[in-house]
Amino acid sequence: MLDGHFFSFFGVQLIARPSGVLWWPEERVLCVSDLHLGKSDRLARRSGVLVPPYETIDTLQRLRKEIELLEPDIVICLGDNFDDLEAADSLSLADRLCLSQLQTGRMWIWIQGNHDLGVGKLTGQYLEEYNFEPLVFRHIAKVGTKAEISGHYHPKAAVRLRSRSIVRPCFLYDERRVILPSFGTFTGGLRSEAAEFDVLMENEAFAVLTGNKSYVIPMPRK
Amino acid sequence: MPSVFPSAIQGWFDQKGWTPHPHQLKMMAHQNASTALLIAPTGSGKTMAGFLPSLASLAETPRQGMHTLYVSPLKALAADIKRNLRTPISEIGLDIRVEERTGDTSPTLKRRQRVDPPQILLTTPESLALLTSYEDNSRIFAGLQRVVIDEIHALSESKRGDQLMLALAAIQSMCPNLRRVGLSATVKDPGLAANFLSYNSNYCEIIKLDTLAPPDVEMLQISETAPWMGSGASYAIPAVLREVAKHKTTLIFHNTRAQAELFFHNLWLANTANLPVGIHHGSLSREQRERVENAMVKGELRAIVCTGSLDLGIDWGDVDLVIQIGAPKNVKRLVQRIGRSNHQYDVPSKARLVPANRFEVVECVAALQAVQENDLDRDDRDAGPRDVLCQHILIAACAGPFLADALYLQVISAGSYSDLSRKEFDECLDFCATGGYALKSYDKWQRLVLSNEGKWHLRDPRAAKRIRMNIGTIQDTELVKVRIKGRGGKPLGEVEEAFAATLSFGDTFLIAGQVVCYEGLRDMTVQVSQKHKGKPKIATFSGTKFATSTQLSHRMLACFQKKEWPEIPHYVREWMQLQREVSRLPEVDRLLVETFPNKGRFASVFYGFAGRNAMQTLGLLLSKRMEEAGLNPLGFVATDYAVLLWGLEPLIDPSPLLNRVGLRDGLETWLSNNAVMKRTFRSSAVISGLIERNLPGSRKSGRQATFSSDILYETLLKYDPSHVLLKITREEAMKGLIDFGRIEEMLDRISGRIDHIVLDRVTPFAAPLLLEMGRVPVKGQAEERILAEETARLMSVSGLDRI
Repeated sequence: MLDGHFFSFFGVQLIARPSGVLWWPEERVLCVSDLHLGKSDRLARRSGVLVPPYETIDTLQRLRKEIELLEPDIVICLGDNFDDLEAADSLSLADRLCLSQLQTGRMWIWIQGNHDLGVGKLTGQYLEEYNFEPLVFRHIAKVGTKAEISGHYHPKAAVRLRSRSIVRPCFLYDERRVILPSFGTFTGGLRSEAAEFDVLMENEAFAVLTGNKSYVIPMPRK
Repeated sequence: MPSVFPSAIQGWFDQKGWTPHPHQLKMMAHQNASTALLIAPTGSGKTMAGFLPSLASLAETPRQGMHTLYVSPLKALAADIKRNLRTPISEIGLDIRVEERTGDTSPTLKRRQRVDPPQILLTTPESLALLTSYEDNSRIFAGLQRVVIDEIHALSESKRGDQLMLALAAIQSMCPNLRRVGLSATVKDPGLAANFLSYNSNYCEIIKLDTLAPPDVEMLQISETAPWMGSGASYAIPAVLREVAKHKTTLIFHNTRAQAELFFHNLWLANTANLPVGIHHGSLSREQRERVENAMVKGELRAIVCTGSLDLGIDWGDVDLVIQIGAPKNVKRLVQRIGRSNHQYDVPSKARLVPANRFEVVECVAALQAVQENDLDRDDRDAGPRDVLCQHILIAACAGPFLADALYLQVISAGSYSDLSRKEFDECLDFCATGGYALKSYDKWQRLVLSNEGKWHLRDPRAAKRIRMNIGTIQDTELVKVRIKGRGGKPLGEVEEAFAATLSFGDTFLIAGQVVCYEGLRDMTVQVSQKHKGKPKIATFSGTKFATSTQLSHRMLACFQKKEWPEIPHYVREWMQLQREVSRLPEVDRLLVETFPNKGRFASVFYGFAGRNAMQTLGLLLSKRMEEAGLNPLGFVATDYAVLLWGLEPLIDPSPLLNRVGLRDGLETWLSNNAVMKRTFRSSAVISGLIERNLPGSRKSGRQATFSSDILYETLLKYDPSHVLLKITREEAMKGLIDFGRIEEMLDRISGRIDHIVLDRVTPFAAPLLLEMGRVPVKGQAEERILAEETARLMSVSGLDRI
């Protein structure tokens, strides 16, 4: 059986994969959020700091593994796919090749995020949000909506062990929405205790830790 | 005999009825030496000796502009010196401006100082480096004659000293006749200090003044016996309180901040006489520290529980006793601390030692002997760290375009960089300019670019602001501030972020001598409420745990080999005698290994006496090699003296495990995935400018925008394993926390002579180790297993697992 946390959401079965992608097996939809491709390029351009420029290829390689394993018909990138549109334009030839191999033979949707608003030049449909009954896919969760799959916040959660705590990126979900962890290599996270999640998530919410395996816990709150 | 001083100064001495000290006259005699090092104990008028030539010169030829630069490791010391200089200057009637320039100086004054520098500027290494980064630096330093570096022995032990020497090299290239004066406490090898201080290995005059009165230092008489293990020394509290009551002001030194907090807490509980006692350490907020300092100056405190934050020479209050809690770990520091009492060099200092456990009793005895024989630890000066060099290159670029050749020559004029090869320099320059990545390049966005005239300059001049904001080499682990909850809550200090993460609502812990209760985390600040009851947790503060020095370790081993030990308390003697009968006592040129069963496991103890860091590394390497040998090790615990490992199978022959080549190989592979390396990488990445700690406009939220340095480290290791920053990380880790040199020192002295004693039960020396805190589990599948168990438990406790 496929690794991951299986849960049912508005009548469909979803799987939160240890890698951080969301898989909807029935419709063969793979959803991934906050790739932040080209982050090192944007950092260098804006601040002069030259971090190791390998995060784009690392992110794409990890995504490739998931795509090769799951063979999705549709890939939905939930926004902040690029660190900004200029970063998207500056992807190296190797990165572009890798990306177009991943796109071959499937539908590819770029949801626009706050970092990459607008229509880019790379192949794929650029949408503000995407409705796929019964679910709706958008970058930032909207209060008062339901059946919503979003990203943006880079949630992470901590499990306290005796002498230390282990913090990992996580999915958050409750009866109304799922928030995906960020998939990009150079991305940080926002702890589930943050006020933002308190507003968005119902009382009975779960956090699914990513890593080698998926671990589900009640969403840690303040 | 004509006076060496101008008449105004000589007149001032006469009027006061003072005679200059001989070393002050010698400093005058050598006032034209390009480099002079004055080695003298605290309280000997050392600082005045350093300044007299400047005052004399300015008295003879008054002038505007910066004349003398004074650099000290502590901001507080600069403030202190300002007070101490202004009095004689006004009494002599000189027209000399003395000003500080530190992180606390107002921006207005800082701007004015750049336009109109004072004759004497007092500063710190960081503020000086910042000053050299300005485009107008040659105007700021124009006419500079002398630089006085205080407490150079302390500076030379850290990266701050390396940064200072690089900044001075830059200034020297603008002011070729700059004369350097170093002021140092007693050091073992003045030549090394002189080399560190001098420019292009110029000749350095060394002026030495020995302590006149030998210190009165011994073990504190305590009727209770020291415990087997631990470092709290709470058994000594009644005895310490008695001493405090007998003296005017007592400094109670600790080796770590956490120990100081715990001791202070326990001291208060036992302080029935309500003696006024304060606490002072580097993790406390500035307000907290200043309160204690001011109370000390006014003589309102009878004792101050403190750490290294009071090691250096500030004349606060009338200290007449120093108590060192815990083994001193190194003789130099002990001598320095002893000198804090009776702060006049012709009055004997008074100090008492309090060992925290039985091994430390032996270490304290060894330290007392070393102090009596005036035998200081060897000074080790490592080659200048290259992360500091990278920062220096960026600072140079902020000041203006530079030629690589000229900058290289400037850098190697500093003592600790004199062996730096051009290739090593070029690697750092390339790192600063292009990132130095092998597989992919930042063609468009290089940080430094080469102009047509062959000069390097910032691609985007606006980057200078960000570089300046991140100048400095002081590294703390990620700290979060602690504040009393509520509007305008009082800041108490800082704790490690990792410690803060383990707190949940209602947990109590110790900080600034108070028990506080965790209320929550807001804007990266721990909010607490005051609480007066409850057993507190101990906060973990950053700050190094010192390793017992090689000299002290050798002295302890030599001590074990004596027939009798009259100088050691009887209960410790009996413990040593029993160890001699049951097993053996460790020796300098042999390695004792004991193996015995314990609670269904097998334990092996290696008495390496190589200091905490090296023993910790040895524990990691041995457990790895035992794993390969199928001995199924489960964990280990290390102290300064020994490492104890336990596992499922008994150790038969320790010799193959200690094979030097095998240990080195293990080091190579183990290193890359190690937490020590990640920590070292973080610090080198920050210093070298790969990670910016301070950003313009310091956004408070947006934590999700920042990613951890571990991710950078892992990415680099995966895609660019020979990158220069990974090389620098290894260089730094090897000298610091890994301390592999001490393992090699041990292997050299035992030279294959290993005594493996197999017993059926625990030995007297091994028993304390079984009680030692800080056990390290052998990592691997263990972490995942614990995580799986804990997540399952959380689901079941909340009842959510049934949904």
